[in-house]
Amino acid sequence: MCLFQSVMNYFPEEVLEHVFDFLTSHRDRNAVSLVCKSWYSVEKFSRKKVFIGNCYAVNPERLIARFPRLRSLILKGKPHFADFNLVPHDWGGHVYPWIEAMAKSRINLEELRLKRMVVSDESLKLLAKSFPNFKSLVLVSCEGFTTNGLAAIASNCKFLRELDLQENEVDDRKGHWLSCFPESCTSLVSLNFACLKGEVNAAALERLVARCRNLRSLRLNHALPLEVLQKILVQAPQLNDLGTGSFTHDPNSETFIKLKNAVKNCHSIRSLSGFLDVNGRCLPAVYPICANLTALNLSYAPGIFSNELTKLIRHCKKIERLWILDTIGDKGLGVVANTCKELQELRVFPSDLYGVGNAAVTEEGLVAISAGCPKLNSILYFCQQMTNAALITVAKNCPNFIRFRLCTLNPIVPDAATNQPLDEGFGAIVQSCKGLTRLSVSGQLTDQVFLYIGMYAEQLEMLSIAFAGDSDKGMLYVLNGCKKLKKLEIRDSPFGNMALLSDMGKYETMRSLWMSSCQVTLGACKTLAEKMPRLNVEIISENEGGAGEVEARLDDRDRVEKMYLYRTLVGPRTDAPDFVRTL
Amino acid sequence: MSTEIRSILSEMEFSGCLKTDLTLGLPGGAPPKPGSKRGFSDMVDLKLGASCDHDEVSVSTPPPTKAQVVGWPPVRSYRKNMMKSCKYVKVAVDGAPYLRKVDLEMYSSYQQLLAALEDMFTCLTICNVMNERKIMDTANGIEYVPTYEDRDGDWMLVGDVPWNMFVETCKRVRLMKSSEAIGLSPKTASNGLSMNR
Repeated sequence: MCLFQSVMNYFPEEVLEHVFDFLTSHRDRNAVSLVCKSWYSVEKFSRKKVFIGNCYAVNPERLIARFPRLRSLILKGKPHFADFNLVPHDWGGHVYPWIEAMAKSRINLEELRLKRMVVSDESLKLLAKSFPNFKSLVLVSCEGFTTNGLAAIASNCKFLRELDLQENEVDDRKGHWLSCFPESCTSLVSLNFACLKGEVNAAALERLVARCRNLRSLRLNHALPLEVLQKILVQAPQLNDLGTGSFTHDPNSETFIKLKNAVKNCHSIRSLSGFLDVNGRCLPAVYPICANLTALNLSYAPGIFSNELTKLIRHCKKIERLWILDTIGDKGLGVVANTCKELQELRVFPSDLYGVGNAAVTEEGLVAISAGCPKLNSILYFCQQMTNAALITVAKNCPNFIRFRLCTLNPIVPDAATNQPLDEGFGAIVQSCKGLTRLSVSGQLTDQVFLYIGMYAEQLEMLSIAFAGDSDKGMLYVLNGCKKLKKLEIRDSPFGNMALLSDMGKYETMRSLWMSSCQVTLGACKTLAEKMPRLNVEIISENEGGAGEVEARLDDRDRVEKMYLYRTLVGPRTDAPDFVRTL
Repeated sequence: MSTEIRSILSEMEFSGCLKTDLTLGLPGGAPPKPGSKRGFSDMVDLKLGASCDHDEVSVSTPPPTKAQVVGWPPVRSYRKNMMKSCKYVKVAVDGAPYLRKVDLEMYSSYQQLLAALEDMFTCLTICNVMNERKIMDTANGIEYVPTYEDRDGDWMLVGDVPWNMFVETCKRVRLMKSSEAIGLSPKTASNGLSMNR
């Protein structure tokens, strides 16, 4: 036993606990618990926040046994490609068993944050009833609940501070969930219901806002007209984060003038979003607060034309996070580059999802941004075309990328100038950006790009591949080279059994691997599952017919359409539907 | 990747249709069939047809397989649903006691829209005069000119721009009495709306 350890053992546990309180990162706390038995024990009982990146990697019982005093839980369910309709609807990711188990064990749950999970009204009702100190519910890209579940939360959670619904599919029963917040509720700090489609009682909302003096973040939904926004801003000038509902009105009306005045009074707004249904001529109302904005999300506002967008952006000199549509155009991105010198994160989403319009951005916009915004470190960019030269320039201008996601609207488009694959461009990105942790590639790509990724992307944790590569070699380069890889998702690429089986142990160092429309066969997946008992290897069929049919149809030599594998401590899951077979 | 998808994508590559300026114009001016709403895969066909540089490629060349690429571009369904705006605009007819609302996204051509208006305002009929359509109240012989207010607040004559652009920019529609619309009408032989879009 080293001197340090013997010294540390003389400290009472309370001191250790106090020291550990300063460790906020999950990784640090995980590391601490590996040092020795007493540290493990102190850490275990003092751990309040737990992050579970794959809800099927453990189960509720193990969680509770391991961290009995947990107060805050983050859970993620479906694989990322579920966002793009690649995972059938009832695949899984139910939160109910977790809530049930924690309720039974009297866990003092205060915060719950869920992503891509199925949340039923029963779960929400149980949640609302079981945890008297519950404070914060954040649901991101979840589904399965209705406004009745929200009503239960509103009615029962006496100390609720945060109800944040981001991009969920909610069955809006047009009930009065908002009116269920009792008059005694004054604790709300954050309320986001922008994703709800139905009406809410405006008067109830105004009263709620008036009595919650600590309210800092409020995001309204589409159903609320400008008049309501105006009244709310008068009641809550202290807001930091505002999501407008609909933003359209006659700019000459008295309501609009009142709105302008109310906005002027909101000196604390740093984050702005919404504009769901917008009249461009109403935008000047927000100019007075633009100078202090650090975050701006206009990505749900296709109604704002490029020139109106740029006029607005010229006022936003302090923006750090900007989400917009490609209606801004390359020229508009030039304006961003000239104006937004503090920009760190940019997301440019496609406006033309149904093939109707012709708005898009190209490599020019990206190059302009990279040249003008020295602090840029995170980008998601949907574009019409790209060139290697542009990517090489971007790599030189911005060596600080931690997230780089490029999506060409045609998934296999080559370099627009030379007709070559985009291997060299992405190669430059990974070589230059030594801190890159997340990468999505697109365009015409050969095995060469994966050689570069394997060679240079040392910090890479998540990689998304679609329609790329020529052979197993591509996937092998990545598996062998990227030591920190946690999530690999691949679709429509010619990677097969050789790549899958070459280093089976690697998958235990990763959270998950998704492969769809690739060349892996059932036989290879079976081999993998047999050799690696601590992996769940799921074969997912389309939602037709039961497991029996699946088995009858597939033989070991057949290609598997969708495979999702992940490390787990608890074996095959018990809630898998018919069309999911865990080998 | 699946063979169908490879073949669609490589067809697009081969015919040089990839780096395109997508236009809204229909290839060669063939109007869509009345009542047919174009799905996404048909849009793909139109893009290919309209943007090919080759003169030899006749615009009526049958497009490649109509299969879509599932999940591309990778955009969350939530976002797709939010952007799928239903485009309700007010329709006013001079002299009518109240306004109506129509969802422009329900139609895929000016023809269809006018037909719908004809249904809504039963006093109106679309008359075929010299291959051009006019909107008339046959009971008292009043002619109407369809106009609309665009994003910039200007009143425009319906029919000048391609249908899709119209849907994007139209804020409200007004059927103006012909007698008032003298200033607006272009210097053409009649006040009728040419319907070849």
